[in-house]
Parts: sequence; structure tokens; C-alpha cells
Amino acid sequence: MDSALGKNPTGGNAGSAGTGIEDFDIRAYLRLDLMPHFMCPGCGHGIALRALLWAVHELAIPKDRLAIVSGIGCSGRVGAYIDANTFHTTHGRPLAFATGLALARPDLEIVVITGDGDCLAIGGNHLIHACRRNLHMTCIMLNNEIYGMTGGQVSPTTAENRMTTTTPAGNTEPAFNACALAAAAGASLVGRGITLQTPALKNLMKEGLAHRGFSFLEVISDCTEIFGRKNDLGSSPEMILRQKSQMRPEYFGNVVDEPFRPNAMKTGILSRNERPEYGDAYRAAMVSTRATASHGHG
Amino acid sequence: MLASVRQNLQGNQACALGAIAAGCRFYAGYPITPSSEIAEKMAVELPKVGGTFIQMEDEIASMAAIIGASMGGVKAMTATSGPGFSLKQENLGYGAMAEVPCVVIDVMRGGPSTGMPTRPAQGDIMQSRWGTHGDHPIIVLAPSSVKEAYDQTIRAFNLSERLRTPVVVLLDEVIGHLVETIEIPHIDTIERAERKWATEARETYLPYGETDDGIPAMARPGDGYRSHTTGLTHGPSGFPTQKPAEVNDMMQRLLGKIDRHRDIVDDVETVGCDDAEVLVVTVGITARAARRAVRQARDAGIKAGLFRPVTLWPFPENQFRAVEARVHSVLVPEMNAGQLCLEVERLSARRTKIARINRIDGEAIEPAHILSTIEELGRHG
Ligand SMILES: Cc1ncc(C[n+]2csc(CCOP(=O)(O)OP(=O)(O)O)c2C)c(N)n1
Repeated sequence: MDSALGKNPTGGNAGSAGTGIEDFDIRAYLRLDLMPHFMCPGCGHGIALRALLWAVHELAIPKDRLAIVSGIGCSGRVGAYIDANTFHTTHGRPLAFATGLALARPDLEIVVITGDGDCLAIGGNHLIHACRRNLHMTCIMLNNEIYGMTGGQVSPTTAENRMTTTTPAGNTEPAFNACALAAAAGASLVGRGITLQTPALKNLMKEGLAHRGFSFLEVISDCTEIFGRKNDLGSSPEMILRQKSQMRPEYFGNVVDEPFRPNAMKTGILSRNERPEYGDAYRAAMVSTRATASHGHG
Repeated sequence: MLASVRQNLQGNQACALGAIAAGCRFYAGYPITPSSEIAEKMAVELPKVGGTFIQMEDEIASMAAIIGASMGGVKAMTATSGPGFSLKQENLGYGAMAEVPCVVIDVMRGGPSTGMPTRPAQGDIMQSRWGTHGDHPIIVLAPSSVKEAYDQTIRAFNLSERLRTPVVVLLDEVIGHLVETIEIPHIDTIERAERKWATEARETYLPYGETDDGIPAMARPGDGYRSHTTGLTHGPSGFPTQKPAEVNDMMQRLLGKIDRHRDIVDDVETVGCDDAEVLVVTVGITARAARRAVRQARDAGIKAGLFRPVTLWPFPENQFRAVEARVHSVLVPEMNAGQLCLEVERLSARRTKIARINRIDGEAIEPAHILSTIEELGRHG
């Protein structure tokens, strides 16, 4: 994992600036005719998009072979900006759509883009089963701690005491630790990244894409306009800098003894559980059946 | 010689074999009585032809997975019963909106809610038409024998691929579990329709543009089109729009496309409709009882007829109106509290007497019951 993480992002070929962006032109991967995009100023989703496309570029994944499957939410709308095969599906279900697509088309490189509400609330059941199955795809959950698209309601990752439009006295529910959930459900690669560090996030995404099996990546992505305002978190630069310094620890652990969300959220690759990819395993198991098939009526 | 084979099959199994004969290579489902034999058959048969079976975590996921597979270019199907059919509705609407071919089999059982899992009913007649929200096109086929379960499943795939729309095959528990010996044609004699795939230049390709036949060509992922698919209201480019003119154009094409192909969509069985005075309209197992009752009535000198919409939705209104114009009474027997009769009433002239037989106790409607009602209507005509 260290091969990609924390190292010079272009694997040593970067220029003196060390940012490794010299040969990466994001415009080559975007549907420029859809600009300007709809994201709010300061929204982390755009940074995550950049990191993803940068990773796609460095791995030289052909755009024609790239399939983006997204759910509903601000997160789900991000996919449409990518110049690839893009499928904007229904709320909470992108992993289920992607399951069919992955089994039908093992030749495609599938990336699921989902939100914290999309993935953990309405789509929670699909997430745990996708982790368990281990089909080859990369699930990127953009965690902005809020339902952004619908205007700022509480989400399964909203920290305790946070203000949202549906928690007028502050959130009283503990938040999910999505990565722990994914790892427990069997995801064969689990990682977390922050939008403050785009090169590291890009490297994390490279790990996810290159991993054969189901990768779950949580991206801490600020919702500045809704969540930030509602909780007086300051300007977007202030918010994003806080990702590094404290991950907003003061809000955790007030309601339950063992908060789901740890005070210091670790980033990078958090767990690996190498095992056979589901599609490969299914096809191998079925070879024997096929050999004995009668060709009677097809 | 391309010989057919005779096989003893259950309605559900016939659907599975029909699907495979039609070219279905992906099945996703979730077990539910009385449809589970379809999944079980597909699990065994699909791998033999290089296809994929998956049991998903629920019916929502199953519906999503078949659409995902179909968007990838593989013919796909799921099967379920009432409670699962309800769960599939949101993604069924996605299939209709994004124009993704797929086949959904609903083997009706007693409802509402968990209802009577092992008892027959025909309570999903309206849900199969209007189950998902918003105006949408849909085709529903209603077999009434094991042979027809096989044939109509093939037809479901062909219509689905040609018209880029989800197609529902609506069985009742009796047809699903009925065992009959049927003639299965040689695979090479089966007509299989393939989707219209995009072949033109990417620059001029419009994923949802108007075409001569109302059916836009679909881009296969990997073929270089890199198109966008969404359940949001979209323009010809496939990207979301809320411009009234664009929305209207898209919706009009979407809602009108099935009607542009009624020649291949409509399918009706009629018995004695040329001179009928009392007309029975029904589907599924109830139509078998009705066919017998109609024959007995005719033997007894009553001019009875049967009108069976094999394609239930869109309802074959022209064919129905032509027959209805000559009768004085219409009888609608159905295993629900009165659903098909609503369509019949809508399409009938005011002078026509409309009678119903409704059974909601989990028992099938018997020929004798239909016959006695035909006799009564015949007397008072
Ligand atoms: C079945 C269904 N329920 C509810 C909605 C409304 N809805 C749209 S987006 C959304 C929440 C999205 O939140 P999240 O997944 O966190 O993504 P974000 O917008 O914050 O990126 C909801 C509830 C919907 N579209 N479909």
C-alpha cells in the first residue's frame, strides 16, 4: 500500500513542485459542455472528483472502459461531469445497480459514487452485502455529514450535537463509523481520505481502483454552504483546515459511552481482507455446470 | 430437422426456460412464494449457457441489478410476487424512464400486504399498470397456460428489447404452479429480438432523441459513446433538463412510444366473439374457467363470447370496442375486488350491462359460477 500512499504522487516523475499534476489535465476527463457545475463554493465533492480523475489518469484507465454509477444527492450528481459511461441511478441503490453491471460486464472498471445518506441510510443494506460479496468495484462515499441535496437534514454520519434542519436541539443520534462497518461486513479494502490533501486522496483512490475486489473509500468532504453555516464552522478554508487539525473532535462522544465515530478519524488504508473476487469465484464455480450442459433447448 | 421436445413443466419453470430461450443471460431475485421456482430454475440453467444468476439482498436490489446488467448490454430478468413487486416499483420506474429493457415476472398471490402467500389472486392488475409513480409506459402480458407462460416470456423479452421498456409478465399462483406438458420448439426456430445499438458517430448520437419509430438506439458501455443515463427528466442528450419544451417532447415520446407499435404489442384471444351477446372479459386462470363456461353456454344456445387480453396493458381497446359494440352484456370475473372491470367500464358504451364476479377468498373462480352468471345475463338481455 505504501507504494501509492504518501509517496510522490507521480511515482518519482514529478517536477520540482512535487505536486505531480504536470501531466494531469482534468479537462481531458470532464464533460466541459456541462460547466459551470452545480456544486456550491467550498464543497468538497469537487475535490474528491478531481482526486478520482487524477487517479484514473495515473492508472491509465481508458475512459471508455470506466463506468461511474452514482446514487441520488449532491454526491450522485458529481458523476455526470465525468466523460465516461455514467449511470445516475436511484437513491441508495447505486451499489445494487453496479452489482448487475459488474456481473454483466466484468471488463468495465466500475466506480460507485455515493453520499453518506445514500450509502448508509437508504442504501445501508446494499452496502453491507456489497462488502460481503466482494465484486470488483470501488465505492467512494462522500461524507459531508448531512443530506446536502435536500437542504440539510440529519444523516447517519452527522456527529452528535450537530445542528441540522431536522435536529433543532442538536443531533442526539450517534454517527456511523462507515469504515468500521464496511470492514466488518467484509470489504476487502477499506480506506478513508480527506479533501484537504488531494494528492493523498488521489493515491488512496488509486489503491481502491487497483485493488481486485470491493474497495470502500470514505472521503471527508465538507458541506460548507449548509452544514458549515448551520453549525457556525466558518469559511470554507477554515472548515477544510479543520479536517487536518482536529476532525472536529469536540463534538463526539457526548451521548453514548462508545461513540461510533472516533475522536481522531484515521486516514489512509484502514483494512485489507484479501479474498477471491465474487465474479471470478462465481464464474469458476459454474464452469463445471457449463461443461455438463445439454444443448437441448438452449 | 429442427425438432421440438415435449416437456412436463410448471408455469414458473416455463417462464425460466422461455427467458433463457429468449436470450436472457442475467437473473437477480429474492425468494418469494409463489414465484421462487423461477429463481431456482434460473440458478441452475443460466450457468449452462454462460449466464449469471444472483440472489440479491432484497427485491429493490434485484430490480436495480437487472437494470444494471441490461445497461451493460445483457438481457436480464427478475421474478417476484406481491410484496416484492411493491418493492420493485421505484426501480421499475427508473427502467421505464431511462428506457432500459428488462423483464419482471409477478406471480400474483393473495394480498394486500403479506396476504396469502400460497393462495392465488389477481390483485396486481392495476399495480402492474400504475405501480410506479408518475406517468410511464409499461407493457404487461398475462399468460393463462404453461405453454403461454413460455411463449409470453419470450415475447416479453422481444418487446422489451425492441421498445426499450420494462415488460411485466403477470401470472397468478395457479398458472405459476400448474404443470402441463408443452411442446418446446427447437432453439433455432425461436424468434429473438435484439436491441437497437448505437452505431453512428459519437458527435451526432443522441441517446434520447426522436427517431422514426420513437425508439432511440442505446449506447453499449465500452463502445466509445460514454453516454449518460439518469432517472431525472432528460433531454435528447440524456442530461437532465427542466425546460418545459424539452421535458414535454421527451415525455410525449416516452408515453407515446408503445402506441406507435401496437401492431406488435397487442395480443388478444377471442372465443365466439363474432356473434356474442354476452361477453366475458378476463385473464389468467380465470380465463380458462371462462373459456369452459362460454363453450358450455354456447352448447346451451346462449351466444356467449370470451375476450382475453393476452397483452393486458396497454389494454387492447380497439379490439375490445369492436366486440363490445355487438354485445348487450359484459361479465368481468376476476380474483380481486374489481380491477379489470374498471377498464372494461371505461371502454364500454353506456347501454351495455356490466356484471362482475369477484373472488377475494384465495379460491379460483369456477366455470359453473361464470356459466350461471352468463345464463342470467343471457335471459335478461
Ligand atoms: C427514495 C427517495 N427518498 C428520498 C429522496 C430525496 N433525497 C434526495 S437526495 C437525498 C439525501 C442525499 O444525501 P447524501 O446521500 O448524504 O448526499 P449529499 O446530497 O449530501 O451529497 C434525499 C433524502 C429521493 N430522491 N428518493
